[in-house]
Amino acid sequence: MTDVEEPQQQGGGRRMVLNMGPQHPSTHGVLRLLMELDGENIVKCTPDIGFLHTGIEKEFEVKNYQQAVTLTDRVDYLAPLSNNLAYCLAVEKLLQLEIPPQAQWMRVMLTELTRLNSHLVWLGTHALDIGAMTVFLYCFREREEILKIFEMFSGQRMMTSYFRIGGLALEPPRGWYARIKTFLDVFPSRIDEYENLLTNNRIWIGRTKGVGFISLEDMLDLAVTGPMIRAAGLPMDARKDSPYSSYEKFDFEVPTRTENDVYARYLVRIEEMRQSVRIVRQAMDGMPGGDWKADAPHVVLPDREKMKTQMEALIYHFKIVTEGFRVPEGEVYTVVESPRGELGYYIVGDGTANPYRVHMRTPSFGNLQAVPRMVEGTLIADVIAAIGSMDFVLGDTDR
Amino acid sequence: MLPENLKEHSAALAVDAFDADAIKGGKFEYDELTLEIAPAKIASVCGFLKYDQKFIRLSTVSAVDRYPAEPRFEVVYHLHSVERRERLRLKCRIAGTEPAIDSVTGVWRGANWYEREVFDLFGIQFRGHPDLRRILMPDDWDGYPLRKDYPITGPRV
Repeated sequence: MTDVEEPQQQGGGRRMVLNMGPQHPSTHGVLRLLMELDGENIVKCTPDIGFLHTGIEKEFEVKNYQQAVTLTDRVDYLAPLSNNLAYCLAVEKLLQLEIPPQAQWMRVMLTELTRLNSHLVWLGTHALDIGAMTVFLYCFREREEILKIFEMFSGQRMMTSYFRIGGLALEPPRGWYARIKTFLDVFPSRIDEYENLLTNNRIWIGRTKGVGFISLEDMLDLAVTGPMIRAAGLPMDARKDSPYSSYEKFDFEVPTRTENDVYARYLVRIEEMRQSVRIVRQAMDGMPGGDWKADAPHVVLPDREKMKTQMEALIYHFKIVTEGFRVPEGEVYTVVESPRGELGYYIVGDGTANPYRVHMRTPSFGNLQAVPRMVEGTLIADVIAAIGSMDFVLGDTDR
Repeated sequence: MLPENLKEHSAALAVDAFDADAIKGGKFEYDELTLEIAPAKIASVCGFLKYDQKFIRLSTVSAVDRYPAEPRFEVVYHLHSVERRERLRLKCRIAGTEPAIDSVTGVWRGANWYEREVFDLFGIQFRGHPDLRRILMPDDWDGYPLRKDYPITGPRV
């Protein structure tokens, strides 16, 4: 924790230190910003993080590989499936498992729904912070539908743990196609609704246009990723740059803007939602058949029916549940594009059933680092709009 | 010395040409290139990679504790070149007693928080870091939680 220091008095002006947040552990954004003010101008800003630190990286080391999937959900609670995916891809790379096409496409479809879910929460809360209450209610109405789809697949609304090493946790449920189709049929018109409320809204434009500028060079240097950097004109997106999980088979665009302000980031995310809808549609219509988990009996749990009738399947089941599976020695770093930016998992295996070391490169941590650069020299009234446009999740930052 | 099997990788060759003493080893596994760098040379190699080889992004810095082996710690840097669409891992092995290494904050300002995190959780000092304080744990915390001799539960040993 950073102590409040007496501001230095320079010249005739009087400076004061303002402490922003956190109010309560359950409020959104458990972040503390210490701001030194000269009148309305921010002279210096010091972010203070760590309020949600839970030692997840340490906990990985005492869980076996399959158990650890449940930890990844809890890192970024708005994008649990993106975290599941990054972790599973890393372990699968170490194991050199081949994932059947249906599982890969399901993963793409569900992570894109996660992106919609996350962007909806972002849009709702960001607008709420700036003072537009209605948008929040509209966004959460659609988010509820997405959470119901997740519940249909995994039995859980938020902490889904639906992707497992080797494929999916459960067979895709009967009727998923119709359910998602019903949602997608109305969703694009709902995006139009949000745009009607905000895009040409004079108050919204007044609060966001020209606010929160930070140069592209600064962002690259300060490890900022995701929609922030795309709103500055650089089409950096792991889905295109290093496609994973069959993303190369999908037709979509990476939206960019060049204005590099809060309004541009809003437009980029709105367009990303439309692109995600496109990807989900393609995934639904082209969904390959076949298996939904890899053919690797020493890693993937056997079917319930086989376990009850075949001795070998029962042995594998017993071994996976009691001692896990061994992962060869080595190290991998896999990157996926989470709704917030570059999400990387660095996993070191030592040949046992537990990871030796897991490091999560989370997008919120890198993005938050740029807050001082972005807000110093601007007005205090713009801070909420500026940091809101970063779309960070503090669980993702503190891990 | 650059291992023979890495001679086909342009980034590895470039670092070798820049400073042959800097490379202590390396490997290419799982389609990922790892170079082991002498700890004293890390800042200059990073500067070269950023300005000459277009690795303009430092994706993350992290560490691995090999306790009880010596040298105990590995500091791991993940670099990313947007233009070349390439990733590169640098690794420095440092001793377990009073572990310290040069900071790369002079190359990428973004290394600031990542190095603070490694300092906070592993107790590795970064020489020349502008603001080396704990970042995730409380300031008055005793010990470094991600070290292997730090227990996950129960009293300290």
